[in-house]
Amino acid sequence: MSAETLYGLCAAALVGLGLFGSIVDPQPLRKILAFNLLGGGVFLLFGVIARRGAAAGMAADPVPQAMVITGIVVAFSATALAVTLLLRLFETTGQATLRTGAPARPDPDSDRAGS
Amino acid sequence: MPPAVTLASAATAGGFLLVLAIILPAAGVLLALAFGRHAERIALLLMPAGFAIAIAILADVWHSQASLVAVMGGWAPPLGIALRADGLSAMMLVTTALVICAVGLFARGDFGMPAGGGEARAPLVFWTMLMGVWSALNAIWLGRDLFNLYVALELLTFSAVPLVCLDGRAETLAAALRYLLFALVGSVLYLLGVALFYGAYGTLDIGLLAGRVRAEPVVWVSAALMTAGLLAKTALFPLHLWLPPAHAGAPAAASAVLSALVVKGSFFLAVRLWFDVLPGLPGVPAAQALGTLGAAAIIFGSVLALRQERLKLLIAYSTIAQIGYLFLLFPLSTGAAAAGIWGSVAWTGGVYQLVSHAIAKAAMFMAAGLIGEALGHDRIAGLGGIGRALPMTIFAFGLGGMSLMGLPPSGGFVAKLMLLTASVTEGQWWWAVVILLGGLLAAAYVFRVLAPALAGADEPLRLCARVSRRREAVVLALAVGALLLGLLPLRPSELLQIGRPAAPTAIMR
Repeated sequence: MSAETLYGLCAAALVGLGLFGSIVDPQPLRKILAFNLLGGGVFLLFGVIARRGAAAGMAADPVPQAMVITGIVVAFSATALAVTLLLRLFETTGQATLRTGAPARPDPDSDRAGS
Repeated sequence: MPPAVTLASAATAGGFLLVLAIILPAAGVLLALAFGRHAERIALLLMPAGFAIAIAILADVWHSQASLVAVMGGWAPPLGIALRADGLSAMMLVTTALVICAVGLFARGDFGMPAGGGEARAPLVFWTMLMGVWSALNAIWLGRDLFNLYVALELLTFSAVPLVCLDGRAETLAAALRYLLFALVGSVLYLLGVALFYGAYGTLDIGLLAGRVRAEPVVWVSAALMTAGLLAKTALFPLHLWLPPAHAGAPAAASAVLSALVVKGSFFLAVRLWFDVLPGLPGVPAAQALGTLGAAAIIFGSVLALRQERLKLLIAYSTIAQIGYLFLLFPLSTGAAAAGIWGSVAWTGGVYQLVSHAIAKAAMFMAAGLIGEALGHDRIAGLGGIGRALPMTIFAFGLGGMSLMGLPPSGGFVAKLMLLTASVTEGQWWWAVVILLGGLLAAAYVFRVLAPALAGADEPLRLCARVSRRREAVVLALAVGALLLGLLPLRPSELLQIGRPAAPTAIMR
């Protein structure tokens, strides 16, 4: 198995894990982490594409690498925004969940359950 | 490679206008951040200029009957990035400028800086993010590079999310976070599709890509990923859960922008992907699937709108229904007989729906904002007698509602008539049933608001705030605009043909 195939499969696995987590997991923080996993998989895929598309005598095609850098900046700002919103939500309500119909003030039951 | 593709990448004389259309609001964002206290003044000064640029681009495209193209830094597309305004882009630019300027006039005073000399957070964020949304939308309307469009899409999300939680209440924070999480997964799926396209064809320029794509698995996978991501951002039916709390919780001026324009950005990219990148490639089953989701959105959105207790939630659910109409464009214009003129009827109808819904919905959200301000609540049951207190606003709401129902002579009437015509001539009668049913349901939910509003109140109505005539006039002007749109039907269809290949479904297999 060539290195590109191996990395490509890793990228696919990361994308799968990230997508699963961001859809299935109800906790916003875990969703944010899953989104980063998903993004990591996509960036790895860009790396694989850069390697596969390398011209003779070059290590890699620079265009996908430039895209990855932009993509990482975007994903970083997205994560920062999401975490800031989550922190504000936690400060306001005392809990970091997104349940529909969640009470506006802290729910004593859920606090005891440690969620 | 067909000659049309290479032709499209030569810069035209007016190309600098396209750069200005993106740069000007972006400069507004930076200036507003630097001089926070004057954010409102900066935004209001830039608005006429931005509007003039949009009109100039439209005039140029109309007169030259050809697309405007700008090539960044003089590097032609395989290496560099191009911006291009065809008839559709020009139309969207003008619609955006119109709605943003109306929202700006409406929000003047609502989001003024405090008199004491300091700067407040909500106004600063509102005006900065309004400029941000404008810049990102213009980049989406004009972009020709799929990765560049990804960046524009993310800019749009990052500008739109803070608008949802301007007041910082717990519900709006939760709505903003849910919106952001949906949008992030959506855009990362889009990016994954972009990566696959680059890996397969070595370019992301829409024109070059259109000449290279073949019907093969990698295209199906990346198109499916990109479409799914864009659907999540557009809030098409099964992925709509984030929209009602986000759009109903935001302040009225922000809701107007979010509902009228922001969801259209990702829809527009789906149209670009299907009709410009993959002309004729997506098969009938895929288009029928999108149309089915759209039809489900029309029915579910309308029924849920009928059941809402609060006015802003009703309008937000009606946005879901109206987004559904947009997706009927796909089955109706990629169908078997689409090569002829009838394909372009569906195409024009879909774009008409895009524009008329943008204008009508902005007017309705702002009308709801004024009603909420005057009454101190927006419960539909408590609207009795408001028609006498705010006649202009209720009239504007009704005019916007006419466009949603599809009553003549509104823009929505023309849009829905064209979609109906297309579904009958294409022999896909089932969409016609949905369109008619959606119109009836829209009439029901609009009358559900108008009936108590126009009836007399049980007890004398006590208004808790005075509503300025200027703001009422802005809302009414926008609503009248949505109505008048129906009176200029044939021109836009010519405009939309500019910059398109003669037969939009010329298939390269």
